[in-house]
Amino acid sequence: MAIDSKVVAQVAHLACLQVDDNETAALSERLNDILAMVDQLQQADVDGVAPLAHPLDVSQPLRDDQVTEPDVRERVMPIAPATEAGCFLVPRVIE
Amino acid sequence: MHTKTLTELRAGLAAREFSSRELTEHFLRRIRQFDGEINSLITVTEEQALAQADAADATLARGEGGLLTGLPVAHKDIFCTEGVRTSCGSRMLDNFIAPYTATVVEKMAAQGAVMLGKTNMDEFAMGSSNETSFYGPVKNPWDQERVPGGSSGGAAATLAARLAPAATGTDTGGSIRQPAALNGVTGLKPTYGRVSRWGMIAFASSLDQAGPMGLSAADCALMLAAMAGHDDKDSTSLDEPVGDYLSDLNQNLEGLRIGVPEEFFPDTLDGAIADSSRDALRELEKQGAKLVPLSLPSINLSVPAYYVIAPAEASSNLSRFDGVRYGHRCDDPVDLLDLYKRSRSEGFGEEVKRRILVGTYALSAGYYDAYYRRAQQVRRLIRDDFARAFAEVDVIMGPTSPETAFKIGAKVDDPINMYMADVFTIAVNLAGLPALSMPSGFVNGLPVGTQVIGNYFQEGRILNVAHRYQLATDWHQRIPGAFA
Repeated sequence: MAIDSKVVAQVAHLACLQVDDNETAALSERLNDILAMVDQLQQADVDGVAPLAHPLDVSQPLRDDQVTEPDVRERVMPIAPATEAGCFLVPRVIE
Repeated sequence: MHTKTLTELRAGLAAREFSSRELTEHFLRRIRQFDGEINSLITVTEEQALAQADAADATLARGEGGLLTGLPVAHKDIFCTEGVRTSCGSRMLDNFIAPYTATVVEKMAAQGAVMLGKTNMDEFAMGSSNETSFYGPVKNPWDQERVPGGSSGGAAATLAARLAPAATGTDTGGSIRQPAALNGVTGLKPTYGRVSRWGMIAFASSLDQAGPMGLSAADCALMLAAMAGHDDKDSTSLDEPVGDYLSDLNQNLEGLRIGVPEEFFPDTLDGAIADSSRDALRELEKQGAKLVPLSLPSINLSVPAYYVIAPAEASSNLSRFDGVRYGHRCDDPVDLLDLYKRSRSEGFGEEVKRRILVGTYALSAGYYDAYYRRAQQVRRLIRDDFARAFAEVDVIMGPTSPETAFKIGAKVDDPINMYMADVFTIAVNLAGLPALSMPSGFVNGLPVGTQVIGNYFQEGRILNVAHRYQLATDWHQRIPGAFA
């Protein structure tokens, strides 16, 4: 299935990436090349094969519901681009 | 001192032939002298290194010490190091001073290792040539017009140029083994879950695994002994006993069954590379091993399966870089969406954006079954192929990479061709198996590597095979002329 400029723009939006109009044609060509390679997967006979998410079929372990995270506010706030009163600042979202 | 292996340097420190400070200063001098040429390090942590070296000397003077006390190591810039920039090779994290330290780095420091600095890498570990790094390409010490491979290309080049005697790497599709092969060094990707991923910046979480890179299998065994083990902070880390890798090294190979898959020696393979691996097999046969021809039919689909699974996981993992909490933020965003979009588009390079788009597409409504689900099914077929093989053999071997180091720029405009660089390494990640690359010769003056794949948690066996091979050969001791 071919990706055109419109699909690139839509997927870029989903991925929160800005793609300029002059890039979409070249980009859709590259993505189509990759998808054409990936389409070899359609040859595989996977009838009745369960998808494999973990190579050792291990599931996520559970632990007791206890507080284990330390308070790291003082360590993580200084590396943020913009903060105020212990919060991360972003552009206004409610007018 | 720089021509010695980590194992020899450890003995030298123990025998007081030199101090950790002398050793550390020697490698820092070499970095100053040579790194301008090959660009293998992003950050050099000189002050901290000397402080750690002095502390190590004090420990050694008391007659104490751990596995790595006083030994210098260079960490891939994907591992978080508190107070030190951790860039992951990206503009996105060029300003990121990690607020905590990765378990791997912490465990090695706890055994006394001295950190020299952080090595260059493909951006977010996405690449096979080190050309996607924001900090510029690394040059291969064997021929500076050529790439060192990737993504742990900085680590491999640092070792080949003898700017550090030990390095850490990470391997999602071949990122330890392929650069090890292209630089004439030894690198091990452990079993998925053997080494903690905590504090290692995530690319594709079901495939990523950290491992040691060094000048010999014995050196990798020493490092792995310090790195491996269960970590509560990584829910995918497995609670299996850590092997006695150093004691396993010398076992003899009498009766060892080596599987040789026909898929690793296709008709299209460069004959000289095939010969190098076949010579390695013959050497092991001389030591008592038996070769068993076999087939892994599904691994021919490993590259397409990988290029669905890895980008899909990457698109999810890299959504955390939003310009809000850390990393690059665009100037004067007009609203929140503009902040996200421009920060990400300015912060990520072309290959990273390409993979995020592929992953987002593969996971989007209507395509999930055709791509992601099918790739995960093929992943099971690949794992089952290996499981059948390991019922018959102890290790599986073949070439690490289908080619030697290629020219810088040769593949940048051809991503698919670049992706094929990992055709022999990717299946191992999909199956979660441990595998090592060891130097097995040269073609036109460039190093060639041979891969040894083991069953789950058989790192000791793989290291043993490589060590016995290295006792009989000297490919791993060769040093590029300009750095001798």
